Amino acid sequence: MPFAVERGFHMRPSVQEMIAQSKGKKNKKIIEKIIPIILFLIASVSVLTTIGIVVTLIVETITFFTRVPITDFLFGTTWLPFSNKEAMFGIWPLIIGTLKVTLIATIVAVPIGIGAAIYLSEYASETVRRIVKPVLEILAGIPTIVYGFFALTFVTPVLQSFFPEIKIFNAISPGIVVGIMIIPMIASLSEDAMSSVPKHIREGALAMGSTKFEVAMKVTLPAALSGIVASVVLAISRAIGETMIVSLAAGSTPKMDGDFTGSIQTMTSYIVQVSKGDAGYGTTIYYSIYAVGFTLFVFTMVMNILASYVSKRFREEY
Amino acid sequence: MKYIDQELVVKRMNGRNIVNTLFKGLFLLATLVSLLFLAILLYRIGTQGISHLSWDFLNNFASRFPEKAGIKAALVGSLWLMAVVAPTSIILGVGSAIYLEEYAKKNRMTAFIRTNISNLAGVPSVVFGLLGLTIFVRALSLGNSVLAAGFTMSLLILPVIIVAAQESIRAIPGELRDASYGMGATKWQTIVKVILPAAIPGILTGSILALSRAIGETAPLIVIGIPVIIQFLPSGVMDTFTALPMQIYDWSSRPQQEFQVVAAAGIIVLMVVLLLMNTVAAIIRNKFQKRY
Repeated sequence: MPFAVERGFHMRPSVQEMIAQSKGKKNKKIIEKIIPIILFLIASVSVLTTIGIVVTLIVETITFFTRVPITDFLFGTTWLPFSNKEAMFGIWPLIIGTLKVTLIATIVAVPIGIGAAIYLSEYASETVRRIVKPVLEILAGIPTIVYGFFALTFVTPVLQSFFPEIKIFNAISPGIVVGIMIIPMIASLSEDAMSSVPKHIREGALAMGSTKFEVAMKVTLPAALSGIVASVVLAISRAIGETMIVSLAAGSTPKMDGDFTGSIQTMTSYIVQVSKGDAGYGTTIYYSIYAVGFTLFVFTMVMNILASYVSKRFREEY
Repeated sequence: MKYIDQELVVKRMNGRNIVNTLFKGLFLLATLVSLLFLAILLYRIGTQGISHLSWDFLNNFASRFPEKAGIKAALVGSLWLMAVVAPTSIILGVGSAIYLEEYAKKNRMTAFIRTNISNLAGVPSVVFGLLGLTIFVRALSLGNSVLAAGFTMSLLILPVIIVAAQESIRAIPGELRDASYGMGATKWQTIVKVILPAAIPGILTGSILALSRAIGETAPLIVIGIPVIIQFLPSGVMDTFTALPMQIYDWSSRPQQEFQVVAAAGIIVLMVVLLLMNTVAAIIRNKFQKRY
């Protein structure tokens, strides 16, 4: 039907006309120019966040140091902020407490995490991997408050039934549970590192008559070492910054000794303890949480930078 | 001269095989530890809390008496919190990802933003609480409102959403882009009409997983001073509120044994919410995500 075609043709502008029309639109050109600027501003929010964290921590920490000498903070070995007579702000008891929990977590998580990674990358069938990996993801997605509750109401009583000298608040139970919390991180990052070791290297070793265990120990592990070390360092950084498990199960007694069975206090749990109570705005105790937070921030930052340095500097390229 | 002593190889082989089997068992054991722990944790909390779980528990406010204690304020509060966190973090996250993937030039500024994002992901959540306390609660005087907590949480999960959105944008093949340009579309038109629609399933999956992290976070809420005992529901974003993990923390830290049962019931509610979110994420991933 030539008539219909002709009519339809006249109803719509031709493609050329449409292009010409749309090129003439000014606001479209403006949109193309403005959008990148808006998106750049959005992308800089993450940079502003970092700047915000650093500036906030530094400014409030400086205010804290106008009241408590920096040398007392850095070299003091007594943390007694709530004392009525003379408050003492020596950071070391909190650092020792943090390190106790981190030490136990590392002892628990490193062998189990790396063991699981070796099993998954060297021995496991595809089916096993398909079951285990989602379970690790679930484990990594459980809120830390749930782990804390579990540490306090299950792990501690179980430990007490074996070792009666362990108190209700101690470093061991939260240490173990923090360790279990970071297992998925070590296992999955280490497994990634080991899986990226090329197959032909492994097969070469197997062809020479190695057992799978020898291949894992002498070929895969050394080749993936940088990735594995980086995963461990990152996991330790997570353990240092972990808050809720230690707040619920580790107690609130800052101390210097080597005791793991009694109540301790970590940097993070001190911040929670002060925030929970009503430390009025502007008091020395209020500013102390920023000084502690800054110390915590420095610890985790150093670990994170170390992790990325290790994985870049010592990476084996194939 | 013999290079390989056949007898020696045979003699040692047995021992090497035993070591191999032994360690295979040990590595398997290490893998099972996590599974076992998860099973114990879920079983223990499930059996502890199920007895307290009822319609009354969902519909009551917090109380001094464990048998009357309910989770209504916390559950509704967590939903309010998500109502702020979801749009804020997704707009910021997806916007940043589009900039980094589509517009950013390969220069120092871009490299700096990228490094910064990965560093931000490693900052402990309690430190984000200190940032929120100083900037949102005090400097912008938002108080301990839904808005202050929501902004703090949004910044906390921002790196996760950016990375997820970047990955799903990167997964879209260049041909789609080229075809769009070939038809005369501008860059922004291509992004809005071609790239984003194709990337949305991946972005949504990543965002929901990030939000499920925000809904379980406790430490930043404590630091910015979110209260626990609340007998009313917030009616706007400037009202104060409480959230599920805060309520669970409060019940867990009470000395009375009865409150541990209430805490376990609260954890069940939180885990069900998380399970729902993860299921939605998995459905979106499996149903809508195309492989190119």
